[in-house]
Amino acid sequence: MSTTTSTLPPEFQDNMESIRIMGFWIFLTTDLVLFGSLFAVYVVFRSLVGLGPTPHQLFVIGPVLTETLILLTSSFTCSLSLYSARINRVPGAIAWLIVTLGLGMSFVLLEIHEFASDVLNGHTWHQSAFLSAFFTLVGTHGGHVSVGVGWAIMLAIQIGLKGLTLTTRRKLYAFALYWHFLDIVWIFIFTVVYLSGIA
Amino acid sequence: MPIQRWTLHLLRLLFPPQVLLPDIVAIDIGLTVAVIVIGVYLTRTRRWGWLWHEWITTVDHKKIGIMYLIAALIMLFRGGVDALMIRSQLIAPNAHFMGAQQYDEVFTTHGTVMIFFMAMPMVFALFNATVPLMIGARDVAFPRLNAISFWLFAFGAILLNMSFSIGGSPSAGWMSYPPYSELLYNPGVGENYFLLSLQVAGIGTIATGINFLVTILRMRAPGMSLSKIPVFVWSALITSSLVLFAFPPLTVALGLTMLDRVFGASFFTIAHQGMPMMYVNLFWIFGHPEVYILVMPAFGVFSEVVPTFSRKPLFGYEAMVGSLLAISFLGYGTWVHHFFEMGAGPSVNVFFGLSTMLIAIPTGVKMFNWIFTMWGGRIRLTVPMLWQLAFIPTFVVGGATGIMLAAVPGDYQYHNSYFLIAHFHNVILGGTVFGMLSGMYYWWPKMFGWKLNQRQGTWAFALFVSGFWLTFMPQYFLGFEGMTRRMATYPAGLGWTTLNLWSTVGAFVMGAGFLVMVYNILWSRRYRDWDVTGDPWDGRTLEWSLPSPAPEYNFARIPMVQSRDEWWAMKQEGRTDEVKISATTVHPIHMPRNSAMPIMLAFAFFVGAIGLIFAWFWMAILGGLGVIAALAYGSFADYSEVEIDAKHVLQTEAQLGRVES
Ligand code: HEM
Ligand SMILES: [Cu+2]
Repeated sequence: MSTTTSTLPPEFQDNMESIRIMGFWIFLTTDLVLFGSLFAVYVVFRSLVGLGPTPHQLFVIGPVLTETLILLTSSFTCSLSLYSARINRVPGAIAWLIVTLGLGMSFVLLEIHEFASDVLNGHTWHQSAFLSAFFTLVGTHGGHVSVGVGWAIMLAIQIGLKGLTLTTRRKLYAFALYWHFLDIVWIFIFTVVYLSGIA
Repeated sequence: MPIQRWTLHLLRLLFPPQVLLPDIVAIDIGLTVAVIVIGVYLTRTRRWGWLWHEWITTVDHKKIGIMYLIAALIMLFRGGVDALMIRSQLIAPNAHFMGAQQYDEVFTTHGTVMIFFMAMPMVFALFNATVPLMIGARDVAFPRLNAISFWLFAFGAILLNMSFSIGGSPSAGWMSYPPYSELLYNPGVGENYFLLSLQVAGIGTIATGINFLVTILRMRAPGMSLSKIPVFVWSALITSSLVLFAFPPLTVALGLTMLDRVFGASFFTIAHQGMPMMYVNLFWIFGHPEVYILVMPAFGVFSEVVPTFSRKPLFGYEAMVGSLLAISFLGYGTWVHHFFEMGAGPSVNVFFGLSTMLIAIPTGVKMFNWIFTMWGGRIRLTVPMLWQLAFIPTFVVGGATGIMLAAVPGDYQYHNSYFLIAHFHNVILGGTVFGMLSGMYYWWPKMFGWKLNQRQGTWAFALFVSGFWLTFMPQYFLGFEGMTRRMATYPAGLGWTTLNLWSTVGAFVMGAGFLVMVYNILWSRRYRDWDVTGDPWDGRTLEWSLPSPAPEYNFARIPMVQSRDEWWAMKQEGRTDEVKISATTVHPIHMPRNSAMPIMLAFAFFVGAIGLIFAWFWMAILGGLGVIAALAYGSFADYSEVEIDAKHVLQTEAQLGRVES
């Protein structure tokens, strides 16, 4: 084995694990196409407000900004977890993972709160095509984050039980990919849905 | 009496009048009897354990391929019965052996079953059966995921097939356009069955796409660069990547319709400014690539069959691969040709008309390359080759009528007429089905270890193909005469009567061809003609270097590939001993362990889907929890490999005569 390959993190040196990482990348591509389709639907539907509110009337920037900051921070803590794993520090990896999932959870809670207040104001997705598209696009992202939280919980337990094996390292790496991916999707939601809606 | 009222309500929900028609009840009874008989048989012969260990929990790509194939043939039967029902209704004017509602249900299930539950699994059957063998791999990249894909497909198929006895079949066509597919016009659970069954199977399809893409990119034997893989493997690679981009829009289209129907959203409703055209676009952004997903593997099969039975290398390998790539790329820019009439305006229509016509060019290249491969070759008219030869004219006609449809002003005339029906049957049957059957006859000995009788196979072929032409040629003319698709019945005196009669006769001839094929399979199984050489056709690619069927680890020794038709080269250069092992070169082999997790996971999806179909949300949540539990179980407890020790490998290979002395 040449010296250049040995500087790679362990999960890349193992052939099977690196194949799994590639599989995960390709899965993310399909998820990207999924979100792409939902974005296309949203962009077409955002002017179809029927008798319901327009984006401008509906959105409040404050909580959304908080959500954004939380998610961006969680991406950072997620990287810290991966970094700790790379320097072989199990407690650090777990701790930062827990911070990440905590932030993810608070993001989800804020989003639920936002949705709930919209619905309590009478703006269900039944009201217009725009609202349907809005709740679905943003909700699909939120659903992904919730899945990520569940995944992070199981991953933290697994790292606790098994330590940093090749497999748990690879899982942590895949989780980090997933989490950053959701962050990027959120940036698009933030600009395409919220900012351009409020403007 | 709340309990009584509740039971009554449940019974009405599960058994609405449309599932209590006499023919459906008769089929229900027949199916129940069949299930009981099979159950008793398995118990009597103590086969349950065998079924569980050898098949249900298997992660072996060869067995998964066989299961796909059997499922696809059963679905071909089911879809075929639907087709014969449709054709029987249309045999004469004013026939009413089915009511309009039942007729709608039958053509909807026919299309859905044929595309999603017959053609797709047939394609995946061949991928599973051959791709790892052709690239010198011991399995696919993710064996357990492969089993998950299969079981998701299987439960999806069960869901769709359940609908006609429990709750009612969907009736909005295989494309299921809103607003007709919306709750307002289409109450009941039938449409939900359609949405959820495709969703469940679709997840499995995406997973298969990922799996084969990674397998082909990363699991090839040393020396086998991408420029040396067989063209069938190229077709699998390109098909898989098409799946990845085509299926998510379908997921979205189906998902949004479900949100409308089950959760009261307003995507495609007319009220609340919903926009049905959005669905149509999403559906065809999936749908057009999907037709290429179906036909590329057939192109791949022919690119193996023709060289083998012409004893010549494939003419223009690079052009073959290049044209596959070109088709897959162009295939994304044509979807609007399915709805030129929706008023997008001339410039949009012209763009999509031209992009559609462009596809004919790479397709033509392929046609010529197959013909040039045969040119001057020593052709053997085996059953796989016969299917190939029948494919060429059939597909040319299908492609030419496709060009006619792509001419926008013309399409205003033919759209949704029987001309369209004839077009896509020409390409899907003449392309995909002929191709898959060719591949089935070709690789059958590799999959099962015994050959299919050629004479019976030729009869099945002759009946099927002549039935095919008889069925669909009249339909072009019916289209010209103004008969639109999806008519439950038609009046006399329009000049349609004779053409319809011939078409129906043709359909029954095709049905007879299918029966002969089934007989062919059963007969050949009874009087087995074992393939002891592993290379019954004098093949060219690596799968023929293995015994038939291949041992569970496929290759005792991973080959070092030097040329394109590696096995042919080995035979020419007298290097066939390279596949043998000896006591000094044998190594223990690691294989993935069987797992019950795939079927558990798929079952949880099934439960969740039923919950959504009937809007029993507690059940949907239960299914969701089941999915989480299965995934957690898979992640924590389940993962492991087994080691096949060197001695066992040596013994197995010795029995097959593959050990160097
Ligand atoms: C040269 C190649 C082809 C061309 C130019 C072509 C063109 C077209 C056009 C323009 C339509 C829409 C017609 C209408 O709705 O009025 C159409 C429909 C269709 N084509 Fe093709 N096609 C080609 C090859 C294929 C292939 C290879 C397949 C499948 C293996 C296929 C399957 C279908 C199906 C399933 C439909 C419509 C189904 C429906 O409406 O239910 N086509 N084709
Ligand atoms: Cu098309």
